[in-house]
Amino acid sequence: MSLHKLTLLELQKQFKAGEVTATEIVRAYFLRISHVEPKVKAFVTQVKESAFMEADVLDRKLREWRKTKPLTGMPLAIKDNICTDGVHTTCSSRMLQNFVPPYDATVIAKLRAQEYILLGKTNLDEFAMGSSTENSAFGPSRNPWNLHCVPGGSSGGSAAAVAAEECVAALGSDTGGSIRQPAAFCGVVGLKPTYGRVSRYGLVAFASSLDQIGPITRDVSDAAFLLQAIAGHDALDSTSIDRSVPDYMKALQKRDLKGLKIGVPVEFFTEGLDPEVEQAVRAAIEELKNLGADIKEIRLPRTDAAVAVYYVIATAEASSNLARFDGVKFGFRAKETKDLLELYMKTRQEGFGPEVKRRIMLGTYVLSAGYYEAYYGKAQAVRTLVCQDFDAAFSEVDLIVTPATPTPAFKLGEKSEDPLQMYLSDIFTISVNLAGLPAIALPCGFSKEGLPIGLQLIGRAFEEETMLRAAHAYEQSTQWHLKKPMIR
Amino acid sequence: MEITQQDVEKVAQLARLAVTPAEKETFAKQLTQILAHVDKLNQYDTTGIEPTATVMGQVNVFREDFVRPSLSSEKALANAPEREADGFVVPKILEER
Repeated sequence: MSLHKLTLLELQKQFKAGEVTATEIVRAYFLRISHVEPKVKAFVTQVKESAFMEADVLDRKLREWRKTKPLTGMPLAIKDNICTDGVHTTCSSRMLQNFVPPYDATVIAKLRAQEYILLGKTNLDEFAMGSSTENSAFGPSRNPWNLHCVPGGSSGGSAAAVAAEECVAALGSDTGGSIRQPAAFCGVVGLKPTYGRVSRYGLVAFASSLDQIGPITRDVSDAAFLLQAIAGHDALDSTSIDRSVPDYMKALQKRDLKGLKIGVPVEFFTEGLDPEVEQAVRAAIEELKNLGADIKEIRLPRTDAAVAVYYVIATAEASSNLARFDGVKFGFRAKETKDLLELYMKTRQEGFGPEVKRRIMLGTYVLSAGYYEAYYGKAQAVRTLVCQDFDAAFSEVDLIVTPATPTPAFKLGEKSEDPLQMYLSDIFTISVNLAGLPAIALPCGFSKEGLPIGLQLIGRAFEEETMLRAAHAYEQSTQWHLKKPMIR
Repeated sequence: MEITQQDVEKVAQLARLAVTPAEKETFAKQLTQILAHVDKLNQYDTTGIEPTATVMGQVNVFREDFVRPSLSSEKALANAPEREADGFVVPKILEER
C-alpha cells in the first residue's frame, strides 16, 4: 500500500517497526504532492529540502539509538499563520509575504521536540478571515472532492492537504469554525480544543479571546493523538490554562456510549439547513442512539445571535491586533511615502486585502467613541447569554450534536461578493468559540453530488475526552472516513 | 444605521487605512448591511447582564521578572523593511526648526 494512504497511527506503527524510513516517508509524500498539488493548491510554501534533511538526520539517529518519540518521522503540514522559525509565515497576506519568523510557535516547538517533519505551510483566508480560502492573497485552494468547490476556510489549505493525502495530518486554527468548517467540507476530522487548552503563542493573532489551534486529521484516533502532542499549559500564553492533560487515546477505548446523554438543539434544525445535510445528521444521531447514547432534545435559544455577536467581537479584537502591521519593524512597507502617517496608511492600504480591510473597518467602528456601548458592550453582554445557554444545556446533557455546516461545500465565487452570506455560513460553529468550548467535526455522509457532510459534537469545557469517545465510537461504526476523493 | 461615506472616511483615518473613492462607496454599503444584521442584538434584553471578555475566567497572570534568553538584535532586525545599523528606519517624525 502507498505510504500516503496510511493514517498517522498506522504510519507511526510501520515506522516504529522499522518497515519504513523517514526518508522513504518524505519521498512518498513529495511524490504525492507533485501529483495532486497543481490541482488542489493547498500549500503556500513547501520545504522539500529541509524535510529530506530532517528525515536523514532522524534515520541516522534511529540506526544508532533505536529510540523514537511520538511523532518521529511523521510528515505534517502547518497552517501558514503559525510561526515556524526560519520558514516563511505569510498568513496568505501580501503584508507578510516575505516574513520569516525568528522563533517557533509553542505548538511547533512541541512538534519539533517530538521529531515531526514539516512538509510545508498551508493556505488560508488572509489572516484567517474567511470561510473559503478565496481571501488568500495567493489564490484559493480547491476542494479535493470537487475542484470547482471551495475547501472551506479559513484552514482550507490544511483540510484540503489532509483530504488529498498531501500530508499525514495538519494543524489549523479556529476562531469561528476555521478548523471544523473546512474539515466538514473536505470529509476529514477537525478538532477545536477548549479555549486555553493549547498555547496560542506564535499563532498570528486574529481574535485573541476566540482563537485556538487544533488538529486536522484523517480519523478521530489521529486527532486525539495530535491533540495530545500540542496540548498543555504554556507560560508564554497567559490565557493558556494550567491544568493537567488527560490521556486522550485512553478515552477512545470505550466503544459504546451507554450512560452518555447527548443533546440535539432544535435551533440548529431550522430553515437554511440543507435537506441532505439534515438527513445525514439525523441518521448519525440515530446511530449514536444505537450505540447506547441517550438522545434528548435541548434548546439553545440565543443561537440566532451568535453570528452578530461574533462579527462585533472578532472584528473589534482584529482591528486592535492588526494595528501592529504598520510597515516599520517587519512585513510589507509602501514605497515613497512623505511622512510617518502616510507610511502607515499606504502600507496598510497596499498590504491588506479587501476582507481584512472590511473587518478592520467594522472593528474600528464598533470600538469608536459613541458606538462602543451600543455595539461592543452589547455584543459582550449577549455573549454572556450565549454562554448561559450552553451552561443550562450541559446541566442536562454531556454532549451536544449538530450539523457542522448548513450546506456541503459551495462553489468558488458563489459567496465571495456577499460578505454577510459568507459570514452566515459559519452559523453552526461560531457559538462554540464564543463559549470557549471544545468541538469536533467528522464525516457523516455525502450529498448526491458526492460532497462530504460533517457532523459536529460539542463538549463541556476541558472534556475533550467525552467528545473524542463519542466521535470515535460513531466513526468506528460507520465507513464515511474510509472514503477518499478522486482528484480530477 | 446608515453608514455614510463620511463615516467610512473617519473610521479609515482612525484605523490608519487609506481608502480609495471606490472603497469608500463599497464599505459604506457593506458596513450598513452588516450592521443591520448586528442590530438584531437589540432584541435581547441584557439589563444587569455582565459582559464577557474572556470565557475561562482568568484574571491577571503574574510571573517573576527575571532575565531570560531573547532574540539577538540581528535576528530581531532581520525582517525590517528598512534598517540602518541596529535600528529601524522610518520617515522623519520631528520637523527641523
